[in-house]
Amino acid sequence: MAAGGADKFSVLLPTYNERENLPLVVWLLARTFQESGNNFEIIIIDDGSPDGTQEIAEQLEKIYGSDKILLRPRARKLGLGTAYIHGMKHATGNFIVIMDADLSHHPKFIPEFIRKQKEGNFDIVSGTRYKGNGGVYGWDLKRKLISRGANFITQVLLRPGASDLTGSFRLYRKEVLQKLMEKCVSKGYVFQMEMIVRARQLGYTIGEVPISFVDRVYGESKLGGNEIVSFLKGLLTLFATT
Amino acid sequence: ALSPQAAMTKLGQWLCGLALLGSAWAALALTLPGLRLPAPYRQALLPLPIYLLVAFGCYSLATVGYRLATFNDCEEAAVELQEHIRAARADLRQRGLR
Repeated sequence: MAAGGADKFSVLLPTYNERENLPLVVWLLARTFQESGNNFEIIIIDDGSPDGTQEIAEQLEKIYGSDKILLRPRARKLGLGTAYIHGMKHATGNFIVIMDADLSHHPKFIPEFIRKQKEGNFDIVSGTRYKGNGGVYGWDLKRKLISRGANFITQVLLRPGASDLTGSFRLYRKEVLQKLMEKCVSKGYVFQMEMIVRARQLGYTIGEVPISFVDRVYGESKLGGNEIVSFLKGLLTLFATT
Repeated sequence: ALSPQAAMTKLGQWLCGLALLGSAWAALALTLPGLRLPAPYRQALLPLPIYLLVAFGCYSLATVGYRLATFNDCEEAAVELQEHIRAARADLRQRGLR
């Protein structure tokens, strides 16, 4: 429990070149938490973005207060896993929210995560694009096919008990995330998968909430042959080692 | 707490499962001394692994196809996001963001 007995939610926002999106995400987060009445803080972990993200973050800190916006930058691009670890060191909440800072994840789902967590006393609540009225915007048929195909193979091989493994919009109990970060070694998409797989191994409970994923950067082609190959390699590694 | 299944890797579970089914099939379908099923049964069992593989292939295609067809397109979410972005920019400008 956080100090005072009430829940506090620490949102970890690793950023790289998010000068445009960061203030919008922070504004939406602040409004969402104010409306829901939950205590929160936003930890911005910027990896030395050359586009001025850090300056924007400092302005946001002035606007919202340094108790709500915590700046914990790093010198250069060091990867998502270490960004979470770095961010968590400064988190004073008893729950951690991880999400993308590029507006593909909308903060409006966070109160639903919180509700779901209380409903089932879950250790982890994972946003899913594949169940209920979850979905995506901005993906063509090919992208959707790759996504569904990869997810199917993952379900068959790993039987993970969660419908969306590569998603990165989740709520964790702080101690659960800390424990998982110690054990996870993969990178990229596989890292998010490994978290769920290890969580199941350790007996943690996972709830799901349908979310919509609004992809505005797909035009810049994030999914090449290399990514698919490294995904498959990572998947087979998890298959053989967990 | 670790469940008993979690102690074995997924690969290990698959190999165990395949070994079990494989040896059962081999014992029943192939001509082994000691255990001799009548010929019609053996002939029926012999192609079973291939049938199961093909059936699984069909199931996979059907499942992925169905999931692809029912993959939700979040039009409203995109529209709503645009509205929120507009509101956010206006409010932040008011609060002094440059």
